[in-house]
Amino acid sequence: MSLVAHVRVDLAGFTLDVELEVAPGETVAIVGPNGAGKTTLLRALAGLRALTAGRIELDGVVLDEPATGTYLPPERRPVGVVFQDHLLFPHLDARDNVAFGLRTRGQGRVGARRQADEWLGRVGLTDRASARPRELSGGQAQRVALARALAPSPTLLLLDEPLAALDATTRNEVRRQLRHHLTTFPGVRLVVTHDPVDAAVLADRIVVLDAGRVAQTGTPAEITARPRTRWVAELSGVNLFAGDASTGGRVALEGGSTLIAADQADPGPVFAVVHPRAVSLHRTRPEGSARNAWPGRVRAVESFGDRLRVRVEANPPVVAEVTAAAVADMGLVEGADVWIAVKATEIDVYRA
Amino acid sequence: MRVQAAARRRRGTGVPDRRPALPVLAATLAVTLFALPLAGLVWRAPWSSAWEVLNSDPAGDALRLSMITSLAATAISLLLGLPLAWVQARVEYPGKRIVRALTTLPMVLPPVVGGVALLLALGRRGLVGRELDRIGVNLPFTTAGAIVAETFVAMPFLVLTLEAAFRGSDRRLEDAARTLGARPFAVFRRVTLPLVAPSLVAGTVLCWARALGEFGATITFAGNLQGTTQTLPLFVYVKLEGSDPESAIVLSLVLMAISLAVLIGLRDRWLTAR
Repeated sequence: MSLVAHVRVDLAGFTLDVELEVAPGETVAIVGPNGAGKTTLLRALAGLRALTAGRIELDGVVLDEPATGTYLPPERRPVGVVFQDHLLFPHLDARDNVAFGLRTRGQGRVGARRQADEWLGRVGLTDRASARPRELSGGQAQRVALARALAPSPTLLLLDEPLAALDATTRNEVRRQLRHHLTTFPGVRLVVTHDPVDAAVLADRIVVLDAGRVAQTGTPAEITARPRTRWVAELSGVNLFAGDASTGGRVALEGGSTLIAADQADPGPVFAVVHPRAVSLHRTRPEGSARNAWPGRVRAVESFGDRLRVRVEANPPVVAEVTAAAVADMGLVEGADVWIAVKATEIDVYRA
Repeated sequence: MRVQAAARRRRGTGVPDRRPALPVLAATLAVTLFALPLAGLVWRAPWSSAWEVLNSDPAGDALRLSMITSLAATAISLLLGLPLAWVQARVEYPGKRIVRALTTLPMVLPPVVGGVALLLALGRRGLVGRELDRIGVNLPFTTAGAIVAETFVAMPFLVLTLEAAFRGSDRRLEDAARTLGARPFAVFRRVTLPLVAPSLVAGTVLCWARALGEFGATITFAGNLQGTTQTLPLFVYVKLEGSDPESAIVLSLVLMAISLAVLIGLRDRWLTAR
């Protein structure tokens, strides 16, 4: 029971080309900015969009392979989908929504409804079985959608932005429940999301898509510690610099400036990551041990938990994390001139 | 907040409303134009002999025939119009706009012209009628002809209503149904059709009401033969012109009652301002 896919879909002005392997019982999160191809990938796996090239194999069964003319339509794939906005059928109550996939597979009405009730019990919605979708809260609709997708016992479960339609207050609760329900599903689980928190909580492994390609894969911890795209870096709140490593720990950045890191990297293209906590700000040119110092101007100050994050326009631009007291003492308001300092030991350099 | 803002937008600025005399006068005249004929019908109705009229042979024939032909026309419209509406809403093909114009034409065409056109196409010497005649099919001046005329005039009401509904329904729900194991036809039957059900009912009733009231195309193409092609509107016209205006009035009332029933039945769609 595993998914092995090479998905290539050519659209007007966009090509999705992704290789993916997911083991049963594993939850993989597909993350990336809007337009990265996340939903296209999901639709291709579900059979709602045919491949241009490549191959999708689930449990040894080929679902789509243009080269051999193989294409199973969505209704013949053992795939369950939880859609963005849930897409419950508005003319059916919760029970009949869940029973839908059982009925289409030839089960009788009575048996399908009984089984649907069991599923609703499993997601804690026994008392909402007769409710129409518009009478359900966002979190309840999400659980009905999950029960509906799981009821026909698929081997691959796809979730498209399962938490995007929820407001912030219910989100944490629903996310936790979803994580619980996902772990009880034995098949292959794939979650598309643009929210790194969802990915980190729900997934064992993250696949970062960027412009139709895999930019990075790894555990949530690996991805946030060593991001390979600016998008991930910004979401995980670290400073990411792309450049070329040369001797002596020097990294020539794309903007023309140079960073000095303590670690020697092999010459060639690298990423350098600096955590905002490791960036210090000064009113005058610092004369300490920091090997890297450059001037800039404060562009914005944002709250971040009990700290503040200061965006500084400079070459390269950085985000620094400071205390509220420091902001007050130094007068770090928008437009203030500052010096930025980063110790060489705080710069993590790795191959691009 | 939003409600207040909308109300404010409707009221415009804060200038106090005064009833503007001229538009109100014109509107009153317009309403009178609609209401007066109804009042006239009710006023002149021979209530005492109404039952007698309805039970008379020619009136009964017209009533029965009208029911048969209008229901048959509605059935054909559903059978052909439903797929047509679906194709127009969902399938892209060259010449689609021409097809739309063609299928809307009967709504704006004078029905008499429609009747003439039908005669030239399906009449004994018509474009296709010649061939039909050869295999023994004869439409003009038959009940089947009356049904064809009514279908021609009434089907667009169903098609346009349904096409808009198909267009407006969320196609992602159909995707969801596919992933739940429904084949395309099952998706149509179990998701698409229930979603457009209100429009389907409205379109069908409108179509039937239009078929029931059809006059011009029917009398031109199918003639005016009692029991064969003389439907209610034709009967009313003939009786009013001739010896028996009382029957005409009684059956006019019947038609009006049906129209009102349709309107009340569809009140949620047509009588509530959005």
